[in-house]
Amino acid sequence: MQTLKSSPPSGDRGMQALTNRSKILERKPMTFLESIYLWNILKGMMITFSHIFKKQPTIHYPEQTRPFSPVFRGLHVLNRDEEGRERCTACGLCAVACPAEAITMEAAERLPGEENLYREEKYAARYEINMLRCIFCGLCEEACPKDAIYLSETFTPASFTRESFIYGKKDLLIPDPVTKPAEFAAAKGIKN
Amino acid sequence: MAFIELPIIYKSLKCVAFSLRTLREKIKKVSEQQLFKVTIDNITIEVPAGTTILNAARQIGGEVAPPAMCYYSKLQGSGGKCRTCLVEVSRGSEKDPRPMPKLVASCRTTVMDGMEVKNITSPKVIDARAGIVEFLLLNHPLDCPICDQAGECHLQDLSYEHGKEGTRYEFQKRVFKKHDLGPYIQLHMTRCILCYRCVFTADQLTDKREHGVLDRGDHSEIATFIEKNLDHDFIGNVIDVCPVGALTDKTFRFKNRVWFTKPVDAHRDCPTCSGQVQLWMRGDEVFRVTARKDEWGEVKDTTDGKPGWICNTCRFEKKHINDWVIEGPSKVNRHSVIAQGHYIGLQKPEEIMPKVMHGRAPKLLMDIHSVSEVNRTNIELSLIDGPATSKTFNHSEKTNA
Ligand code: SF4
Ligand code: SF4
Ligand code: SF4
Ligand code: FES
Repeated sequence: MQTLKSSPPSGDRGMQALTNRSKILERKPMTFLESIYLWNILKGMMITFSHIFKKQPTIHYPEQTRPFSPVFRGLHVLNRDEEGRERCTACGLCAVACPAEAITMEAAERLPGEENLYREEKYAARYEINMLRCIFCGLCEEACPKDAIYLSETFTPASFTRESFIYGKKDLLIPDPVTKPAEFAAAKGIKN
Repeated sequence: MAFIELPIIYKSLKCVAFSLRTLREKIKKVSEQQLFKVTIDNITIEVPAGTTILNAARQIGGEVAPPAMCYYSKLQGSGGKCRTCLVEVSRGSEKDPRPMPKLVASCRTTVMDGMEVKNITSPKVIDARAGIVEFLLLNHPLDCPICDQAGECHLQDLSYEHGKEGTRYEFQKRVFKKHDLGPYIQLHMTRCILCYRCVFTADQLTDKREHGVLDRGDHSEIATFIEKNLDHDFIGNVIDVCPVGALTDKTFRFKNRVWFTKPVDAHRDCPTCSGQVQLWMRGDEVFRVTARKDEWGEVKDTTDGKPGWICNTCRFEKKHINDWVIEGPSKVNRHSVIAQGHYIGLQKPEEIMPKVMHGRAPKLLMDIHSVSEVNRTNIELSLIDGPATSKTFNHSEKTNA
């Protein structure tokens, strides 16, 4: 019977122990009592049973949710102002700040009569975030001069198709607080 | 007959001889012309008499050159309006070494022999300039997120350089009645700093000037006289000379941000102008055409040494890549936001998918263009006349469905 320590191949310095806390393994043949494992099984069962009386760490999602940190960075929302107008003016600063190049947009000019829809003379006719690229760093939120984009306290839902991770304006915009106050309140409630 | 003509021939010969002599004297004068020694920020340079401090500083280059918002070397009579080029003259000249009592506008002050000038080495100048930036921004709407000039705006650069990008003004800002300057040029009077460059351009490049400065003080505005369109071939150059976003290209309006477009130098055979331009492209789409600019943000000279003003046809109508011969990517200052994404010498990575899949196409690959709403092929933003509106997008959605 050799111990592991007695047989390091000479010259193989790499196998030397890094600390002096390494244990020397002994390989004696098992006794009869050890070989029927009865005692060890019992020991294991004891551990299992003792957990019944411990506090459960599992959170039953989705009925329960973990408390989010106030700085949690989740799914983006596009903001509206108090009058329900879109705040984003398609300035492109979020897109240029984004390290993952996840944001694209196309701007349009506000026509007379659309003042109740868009806050500024220019607005994002298309606005898209590719959630497959996004790394949820929050730099877009920081870059925005118009308070238009925020990272909310929700996850991006899982999905089987890649297409569903391309979020357009209809997915990102928050409900209009003027025309849809109920939905707006609901959206706010879920987040808080 | 010959008898009568002889004295005339004699006279004209004399005339030629005389003009040759004066020419020779003139050349002699120029070569003997006094060179003045001037020290700007502790750097000494010799310049011909009559040079302005600003131009002397530009010969030194770099940070020593004061910023200029109204002076434009290619426009006669420009300068003296904005006061951003203020410098301190700490020693008047060799003969009169007293300092000048006040800061002077370097674009309008000529050098003296033995003059000593302080620009960035003078805290007084930096402080005064910061104050001037604040004054220039007093009535400015600070709407850079909307403005097409953002990213290449001298006022934006100047204000950020002096830490004055915000405002302390608490009153109602000045507003103007909207003026329509035709299908090509967009005027945002609220952003104008009244530098007069566009007025000089219209005056010196075109034969009929239809636009000038109306009213006084706070109410002064650049406006067309009674809704006349500016329809001269070279009027588009006012867009390039405007240091701020007051005059912008309507055919480019809101279509893209300048830092997402890539500047390339290009030319074409143009009967009206030199045809040497800069294209602002995305992929194969030409979003904007401008004149080429030098390091001071002014229109660059063409290869034959004339200022490179470009005509309206080149600027507004040639938005197709086939109209141009592309020379290559323009040099962009790496401190400019335009340098982001302006990759030079980019090599496309090799497509490895077919190789590792033995020629088969991957089943789960998603083509982003089949999903994305942005950049749809049925809307060629670069080719529509003015800014896109909800009509552009909604209309195409209907044809899509
Ligand atoms: S969170 Fe970061 S990666 Fe995601 S879109 Fe915003 S800037 Fe880009
Ligand atoms: S979300 Fe903000 S930063 Fe992004 S384009 Fe809109 S206004 Fe600009
Ligand atoms: S419109 Fe532009 S170029 Fe003309 S005076 Fe105003 S700032 Fe100067
Ligand atoms: S550049 Fe000298 S005053 Fe404007």
